[in-house]
Amino acid sequence: MLSKIVRTVTNEFMLFIAVFGLYVIAHGHLTPGGGFQGGAVIVSGVVMLLVAFNYQEVRKVLRERALTIMESTGALIFISLAFAGIGAVFFYNFLVGTPIFGRIPPTGPNPGDIWTGGVIPLMNLAVGIKVAAGLSAVVLAMALFSGGGEVEE
Amino acid sequence: MRRVTGLISLLVLVAFLVLGVVLIHPFGYPDVSDMDDYIIENAQEETGSNNVVTSVVFDYRGFDTLGEATILFTAVTGVLLLLRTLKHKEESA
Repeated sequence: MLSKIVRTVTNEFMLFIAVFGLYVIAHGHLTPGGGFQGGAVIVSGVVMLLVAFNYQEVRKVLRERALTIMESTGALIFISLAFAGIGAVFFYNFLVGTPIFGRIPPTGPNPGDIWTGGVIPLMNLAVGIKVAAGLSAVVLAMALFSGGGEVEE
Repeated sequence: MRRVTGLISLLVLVAFLVLGVVLIHPFGYPDVSDMDDYIIENAQEETGSNNVVTSVVFDYRGFDTLGEATILFTAVTGVLLLLRTLKHKEESA
């Protein structure tokens, strides 16, 4: 466990990192980024928690078992969205034109609208959940293996 | 003998690298650009996504992304399987 200053700063910054990661995931169809990148941003926050606190403290809020379940859920949502368009073709974007995320932007540069993209925002969300949970589980397992991350001050 | 072999392999490697630099394809001038032009012109209309890269990753080349996600899933499963088993053995020993 690191000093009180580091722990306090980590506590404050964790919220901003999580919000930024969620923003990158949610705006994947409008701005650079997407599910993989946003998930990695969230995992960087988890790594910061692990560095500032030790493994036993982080373990109280993040369990590997719950994280693996979250990862499998994300993968299942992703594959079901892919299969949902199988009426036309695998990975068909069947939501374009419907009220849910179905608006079509004008071709060329435009300010962007969050309700566009069809299944792409939903797939971004699924992949984001999957990457964030999966990589957090890997980092937690590595911390467990390296002796619980007991760093003396 | 070993030194001669090393020298020859080094020369071959350098020759290949130099050849690669000399014969590299000019950047930004693809031989066949029909698919690129189609995606650039129609991606926003067909998928409704302003980010054309994301529309390629999750729509046009969705199957590729499925493979990518599978690789990540396998990697996470492997790491968890290996590290947790080792830790349990260490604790019981």
